[in-house]
This record gives sequence, structure tokens and C-alpha cells, in this order.
Amino acid sequence: MTRAIVALVLPTVAFAALSFFVGPSHLSASAILGGLFDGQGIAGTIAREIRLPRTGLALVVGSALGASGAALQGLFRNPLAEPGITGVTSCAGLGAVLALYFGFAAASPALLPAFAILGALASAGLLYLLSRQGAGVMALVLAGVAISSLATALTALALSFAHNPYAMSEMVLWMMGALKDRTLSDLAFAAPLVAAGIALLASAGRGLDALTLGEEAAHSLGVDVAGVRMRVVVGVALATGAATAAAGAVSFVGLVVPHLLRPFTGYQPARLILPSALGGALLVTASDLLVRTVDPGEQLRLGVVTALLGAPFFFWLILKLRREA
Amino acid sequence: MIVFDNVSAAYGLNGVGARFEAGIVTGIVGPNGAGKTSLFRAALGLLPLAGGAVRIRDRALKDWSREALARTIAYLPQGGEAHWPLPARALVALGRLPHRDRDAKAIDAALERADATAFADRSTSELSAGERARVLFARALATGAPVLLADEPAAYLDPAHQLRLMRLLKEEAARGTAVAVTLHDLSLASRHCDRAIVLHEGRVAASDLSDRTLAQVFGIEALRSEGTVVPWRLI
Repeated sequence: MTRAIVALVLPTVAFAALSFFVGPSHLSASAILGGLFDGQGIAGTIAREIRLPRTGLALVVGSALGASGAALQGLFRNPLAEPGITGVTSCAGLGAVLALYFGFAAASPALLPAFAILGALASAGLLYLLSRQGAGVMALVLAGVAISSLATALTALALSFAHNPYAMSEMVLWMMGALKDRTLSDLAFAAPLVAAGIALLASAGRGLDALTLGEEAAHSLGVDVAGVRMRVVVGVALATGAATAAAGAVSFVGLVVPHLLRPFTGYQPARLILPSALGGALLVTASDLLVRTVDPGEQLRLGVVTALLGAPFFFWLILKLRREA
Repeated sequence: MIVFDNVSAAYGLNGVGARFEAGIVTGIVGPNGAGKTSLFRAALGLLPLAGGAVRIRDRALKDWSREALARTIAYLPQGGEAHWPLPARALVALGRLPHRDRDAKAIDAALERADATAFADRSTSELSAGERARVLFARALATGAPVLLADEPAAYLDPAHQLRLMRLLKEEAARGTAVAVTLHDLSLASRHCDRAIVLHEGRVAASDLSDRTLAQVFGIEALRSEGTVVPWRLI
């Protein structure tokens, strides 16, 4: 795990620095850095109001999705599990859309993330209840598909009945996932929730390792299996809910990152969580940089880029698993 | 070491009285659905009891903490599996979880005793069924528990691996461990177990593999050779 973390820190820091220092303003790196510290002039505004929230949120959102994917895959013992596929992301999205639809988001900025986290908790809680009833992994994945479809349908319903075109476009754009025009308060709200979520997931690591042997063997090794499930469900809801509230629906990060890192962490679920958080931060920061560089007008959205990269990867993974079976 | 006193459970057990003693291999046999696995699950606290009591080292099961119980009973579930292709040594190290350490000596010793040292550094996905069974067995040994419950460990193994496994179980018993093993193979049970518990419909039907037991419980006749039962034909 330590080696994987060391190998990931450098590129993550490098991409974060690029994300922070490179932008359409053509200000020098030293001017931006000066602006970050003194907050004066145009450099200060760009550094504090635009670049810092954007880079910070890319790191926070990516680490939330990466760690959530790793923990869900460990819990379900299935490399296809991730917040998107299990319906957690779309329910967080539904929560946020409802907050926008009913105008709560305009009433208080804290209500949009709160609704997103409630949505994530509801879906994760439903999955938890199903797994307590003894539903197998296949049932959970199918339940995730059903939850996801229901959330998408309800979101579409909210869109159809949106009171004005502006509200509708706000919801649609938000659903595509982006880090544009975020503020420091978005970052300040998301970061502690994501940190708490990841800490909860990391604390479940030992139990996830034991679950490699199945639930009864894990129990016989002294692991509180229900407690492990609860930690993962709440941790994923906190991290993914806060991330989705801040950046909208950014899919497939939680699928791709843990899968790529697993061979480097000895296939042990506990060792995968923190490296996946770092890997997710790296992937989202790099994807966001790609969005800004390829299309400075930013009609291209972050969530679209990660889906364009992730969906083919998902197909490849399914085919690979079929071959191995 | 473990005493089952008139143990009943909603599913599987109907007033079972049995003991697993230190230093011997207790073979648990019976037709499918007789309650063999349920008996182990009752000892592990995985099965809510409808009546009776389980005592482990003279203490009621409910008085044991989860971790203390995990250090006392090592459990090898049926059709043992590893969901991720862990290196064999990392899988064996999971046996140390109840102690919250990764005691390298205990892990090496377990690999050695299970005759699995040769492939300790290979991925479990690259091992044959026999090798994987030995690694999973080493995982159970790594806990260093005074009780070992093995549920159908001989299933899916070729005859040589079955015999090796039974020898390993006897060696563990010789160290003072209370070994209990469920078996469908009556010849293995009759030849390698020190004592038999024959379960039928959730009850203890017999403690031997006499012709009468085989006829009543299993509905078969057997050939016998040097004390070994060979299931032969239906009656």
C-alpha cells in the first residue's frame, strides 16, 4: 500500500499544480501563487475564487469516488460495484435536483449537499437492508440498477415539470457533472464530509479483508460483519453524496481506479482504499484539466469525459470477467 | 472442549447432544440436510438457538466476546473461497485477524503444517483445487485456536489429497486441538476419525457406523475392510 501511495502522490501533486497554475488568464505561476497568499487584485481573485475551489474540488471529488468504489467492491466482493452502478450517485443526484426544483438550494447553500447526501443515504441504506436480508451480490447489483433507474425517472419527472427553462437547464447541466464555477464554500462544505466518509471506509478495511473469505468465515474471524456493512454504506453515502453535491454526476471513477490499482496492492481490499482515493483524485484532476484544455469554452463536461473513458472500460471488464469465469 | 446440550434451532437442529473433545478427531456424518453444518454454525454463534445451550471450555456461548471466540474456534467453511486472487501468504495471514497481528512465525508455521510452503508466494487464483484447499487449511491453522471445525474439507479433492488432508487433521488433534470435521465420505470417516457423530433429521442418530446405522440413516449397505466402510449399494 505504501508503495502504491508513494507512486501516486507525485503525479497527483503535479496534476494538481498544473490545474491550479494553468488557465485562460495567462497569469504567471508566481503571480497566481502571490494572489493565493495576499488575495489582492485580479490574481488574488483568480487564485482564491476560481482556481483553488476548482483544483481542491477535483481532488476531493476524485478521492471520494475512488475510495467509495474500492470499499463497495470489497463489500460486494465484486469488481463491478461502484457508486454509480449501485445507484448511490443517481440518488444523490435526485436529492440535489429535488433541492433545486423546490427552491431549497436557493434558500440555503447547505441544503443542496444535504439533500444529495440524504439521497445517497437512502439508496445505500436500501442496499444495506437488502444485503441484510441475505441477498446475494447479483441481487444487489440488480437492485442497484433498479434504484438507479427509479432515481433517473424521478429526476426526469422533476425536469419535465420544471417551472422555468432556467431551472431546467441548471438541473441538466448539474447532472452532467462539472467543476466549473464552484466556490470556496462548496469546497469547504464537501471536504470535511468526504474526509469523514473516507475515514469511515478506511476503518472498515480489516473487515473487508476478512470478507474475502465470505461472510461466515469473516464472522468466525471475529469480524462484526453487520458493522462493516454499516460503515461502508454510511461512508459511501457521506463521501459520494458530498462529492455529487459539489460536482454533479461524475461516473465510472469508482469503477476504473480501484480495478487498475488492485494488482499493485496485493488484491487486499484494506490496502486498496487509500491508494484508490489518491488515484481517483489524480484521474478527476487530470480529466478536468483535459476538459479545460481541449475545450476552453467548456461545453464539454467533466462527467461526460469520465463516462466516455469509463464506459468502454466497463465493457472490457465485463468481457474479461466472462472469459475468466 | 465444546458441549452441545439438547441444542435446537428453528432450522436444522432438533435437540442435539454432542461433545467435541481435545486431542481427537470427531467425524460428523449424516445425509444431506441432517444438520451437520448447522451444528458448526450453532457453535460459532451464527445460528440463533431455539432451545438448549452450547458451552465452550465450560463457558456458555453467549458469555464469549466475538474476538475471544474467534481466537478459540477456527472455522473452515464448506467450499472455502477467496473472492480476490490474494497471494497465498496474505490469505493465510487473515487467520491472524482475531489476534490483530501478522505474526510471521505463526503464518510460516501454519503454511508448513498444511504442506503449503512451496506455493506461499503464488496467487490463490493460480493454484489447483488441492493446493487452494491446503492454503485455506493453513489459514485456519494460523489462528492457533484450540478448536478446529472443518466443514466438508475433503469435497472436490482427489483421493491422495483427501488422505493428506485427513493426516493433517490427525496431526492437529495430536497437538491437543479439538478437531471436528463433517464428511460425506464414510470410508474417510470410518478410517480416520477417532469418534463419529451420526446426525439424522437434526438429531444424533448414532455414534457408530454399524450396519444398522448405515441401513437406518443412510439406506445403504456397506462392504468393510480393515475397519473401513465402503458404501456399496442402496437397500
